[in-house]
Amino acid sequence: MTIKYKTIKEIKSMISQNEISNIEIVQEVYKLIDENKHLNAFITLNEENSLKKAEVLDKSSSNLPLAGIPIAQKDLFCTKGIRTTCASNILNNFIPPYSATVIENLEKAGCISIGKTNMDEFAMGSSNETSFFGNVQNPWGQKLVPGGSSGGSASAIAAGIVPAASGTDTGGSIRQPASLCGISGLKPTYGRISRWGMIAFASSLDQAGPMARTAEDCAIMLNEMCSHDEKDTTSLNDKIPNFEDNLNNSLNGKKIGIVKDLDLSSLDNDVVAVYENSLKEFVSMGAELININLPNLSLSVPTYYVVAPAECSSNLSRFDGVKFGRRSENPKDLEELYIQTRSEGFGDEVKRRILIGSYVLSAGYYDAYYKKAQQVRRLIKNDFDSAFKNVDVIMTPTTRGPAFEMGSKGSDPIQMYLEDLFTISANLAGLPAMSIPNGNIDNKPIGLQIIGDFLNESTILNFAHMYQKVTNWHNYTPEGVRQ
Amino acid sequence: MTWDTVIGLEIHVQLSTKSKLFSGGSTEFGAESNTHVDLIDMGLPGVLPVANKEAFYKAIRFGLATGANINQTSTFDRKNYFYPDLPKGYQITQMTKPIVENGSIKIVTDDSEKIVNITRAHLEEDAGKSIHDLFDGETGVDLNRAGTPLLEIVSEPEISDAKEAVAYFKAIRQLVTFLDICDGNMAQGSMRCDVNVSIKKSGDTELGTRAELKNINSFKFIEKAINFEIDRQIRVIESGESVVQETRLYDSEKNETRSMRSKEEANDYRYFPCPDLLPVVISDKELQEIKESLPELPEEKEMRYIREVGLEESEAKIISSSKAMANMFEEASTKTDDAKLIAKWLVGDVSALLNKDHIEIDESNLSSENFGKLIERISDNTISGKIAKSVLEEIWENGSDVDQIIETKGLVQIQDESLLKEIARKVIDANPDQVAAYKNGKDKLFGFFVGQVMKETQGKANPKSVNEILKELLQ
Repeated sequence: MTIKYKTIKEIKSMISQNEISNIEIVQEVYKLIDENKHLNAFITLNEENSLKKAEVLDKSSSNLPLAGIPIAQKDLFCTKGIRTTCASNILNNFIPPYSATVIENLEKAGCISIGKTNMDEFAMGSSNETSFFGNVQNPWGQKLVPGGSSGGSASAIAAGIVPAASGTDTGGSIRQPASLCGISGLKPTYGRISRWGMIAFASSLDQAGPMARTAEDCAIMLNEMCSHDEKDTTSLNDKIPNFEDNLNNSLNGKKIGIVKDLDLSSLDNDVVAVYENSLKEFVSMGAELININLPNLSLSVPTYYVVAPAECSSNLSRFDGVKFGRRSENPKDLEELYIQTRSEGFGDEVKRRILIGSYVLSAGYYDAYYKKAQQVRRLIKNDFDSAFKNVDVIMTPTTRGPAFEMGSKGSDPIQMYLEDLFTISANLAGLPAMSIPNGNIDNKPIGLQIIGDFLNESTILNFAHMYQKVTNWHNYTPEGVRQ
Repeated sequence: MTWDTVIGLEIHVQLSTKSKLFSGGSTEFGAESNTHVDLIDMGLPGVLPVANKEAFYKAIRFGLATGANINQTSTFDRKNYFYPDLPKGYQITQMTKPIVENGSIKIVTDDSEKIVNITRAHLEEDAGKSIHDLFDGETGVDLNRAGTPLLEIVSEPEISDAKEAVAYFKAIRQLVTFLDICDGNMAQGSMRCDVNVSIKKSGDTELGTRAELKNINSFKFIEKAINFEIDRQIRVIESGESVVQETRLYDSEKNETRSMRSKEEANDYRYFPCPDLLPVVISDKELQEIKESLPELPEEKEMRYIREVGLEESEAKIISSSKAMANMFEEASTKTDDAKLIAKWLVGDVSALLNKDHIEIDESNLSSENFGKLIERISDNTISGKIAKSVLEEIWENGSDVDQIIETKGLVQIQDESLLKEIARKVIDANPDQVAAYKNGKDKLFGFFVGQVMKETQGKANPKSVNEILKELLQ
């Protein structure tokens, strides 16, 4: 028996049928990691602890919802006693004394945290090329990027190493790599999952979420990841439903919003065709397509690239070489300690965003940039609010195309920023959104984005699961369609 | 040329909450370095602040007591700058929507009263401490203080000289201790202040360029620093130069201020709303409860002492001026009926002892219970006032119980008239010359006889009785 390319649901059944032991699962995962070393999906492994936990599980029979399920954790979540780097040189040696709430929640549910996955440095990037620990490779092609920033998590799932992983999404960092690696990934409503222990990039946009092979597995993961957390005052206190409950609801009569303002003409014909085919699939299940207007959508990218860098410039101030993380050698005074530590510790993209952020917050520019951006953000949110009066979900392509080659976006950061064109608006509005595989272009997967109303992850998961019941795109692997 | 001085104060008051403004870390003073520091205080990656409501309640008490507006929805901002004792690289403060705005407080200088307006009072977290003198060539950081809640009270620039500035600071200190929101301990840094000083030609309406004097923590230094700074600015202007806007440090050893950084070197703090904290909302019910829990304030106490207890105005003022003194007065009053006598002793002998030792009454060995008993023993004639003085001194030394001192030292007043008469006769018989002189009109000698009787009785005789008996016998 193998767990390669298996889902959480399948592995759970294998365990309960005694077809495989917990220890065998863990051993196979590390074997797969070893075989896929070239992917560079992991920064730090947690082998010894994982084997121990599997051994304990084998001796007892646990009914926990994720008992024995191997899960990869994005290296942005603090893990007690396990190095947490955010893929940055500046945290190269940082071992947190505590765990993130989401990690605790998943581990309480019985999962085995296999290791920490590679990512763009401090989650800033869309290709995993900004990691201090080197690129992650997309298992769909040697030179292809996995997307980012949760590229390691996406790559590990796509390669069949683990059935699921945690990710975080500030502007598309779960959905874009999910699209490029052919897996499912959900960014929940802002505040659904506690941010305690998530190393902050842009606090008002950051949200953790599940990445898995199927929508159903995302629902299983989400059930365990969510909690109201008093340690995070932005964590929502709303009732957390069982996200598996509505997966099989009929889509008959449900309304899908199609964004009129979205200019698809710049996209490849293939991408548009894949998108339109999946819409047809939903129509054939009884759903209705409704044209909607999101007039301020085109302002999403510029708005995002003011708000996110502003918050990041402040959030990353604590990495100063004084208390934790890396400190430069032999500075001659305090100022040199700061300058050298931060110059050596941060990569170019992080520095670029700190500079942009410091600029837009500086005296005399605040009103023109940051304040204006917050106002536009409110307009974008209002657009979504009115749209959701008439529709259940909104659908767009997740990305402008399938995975691109490493280095192909060149040195122009704007080209990379546009990768998040379709995903960013959900973060600005705080709305839940998901990407699921909906086609292949030149043997490269691509995803469909489903955006839901505030707190309405269940409806997104319902659409996604029903789609996966009648299509096979989520079963495509780099080695062919899985059985 | 005459000059007017314009002064504004920013007073940082450490609020006496149990835990810090955004964490569960303890605020206790004096612990070993870096032992009262939790994950949040260290600013570890991934941690988040949670606002401490207790700090808001204390800030609101201050706001209500100064007649200020309370913003029932207030927000937090980040003030960004790098310093080793600032763990996150930013301070969380209230820039745009402070909890308290537009209050005022009355100050009293030698002979006049004045109202000083308070622009705002906002909550913010304190930084840690950098320790420069313990390690050779290196700086240590102690984060125990990091995250301690501060209320920064900003006055309008309405203070006209150093004396008024000190009076303002004293008024704020008196108020925050009465409100029980700060221990007022300046030596431990519970209250610190920055002073903005500028001068302008008398009569000019436009303000001059100001200098900010940083972190002064005693009444004496506030006065000295301001006076030095005024002289300096006058010298600068009169020599034809102009005052530059800058931050200056007061050096108490040299009694001078010197430049720390100019406006050009000043940080751009890049303020923006803190995305980790939702606005803090205070309900009407919470506000009402705080209103109802406000204690009686000094001025109200003073009025009540005069009106209801019948104290002299001067006594009432002194007793109500400090919370510890007022507490002593009120608690001792429950032990005896003679509140006026309590006041007399507090203002007289007790205050003299306090001044001698430079302490506050709650730092002395005198408990309100013992003090009340002492007064009771005077008014029930168990001991004389003179004996009471020595009893007070003994309590001052070791805190012993009043009755125990009276008993072990046999200090009970002699009331027995026949015994006193006997002693008086002995005194008269032993001093025939003085008796003759007295009878010849030397009235002053009466005191001599009283003194002799007191001596014979080791001061225990009831002076009133002694007077009466001697008058009768010497006729």
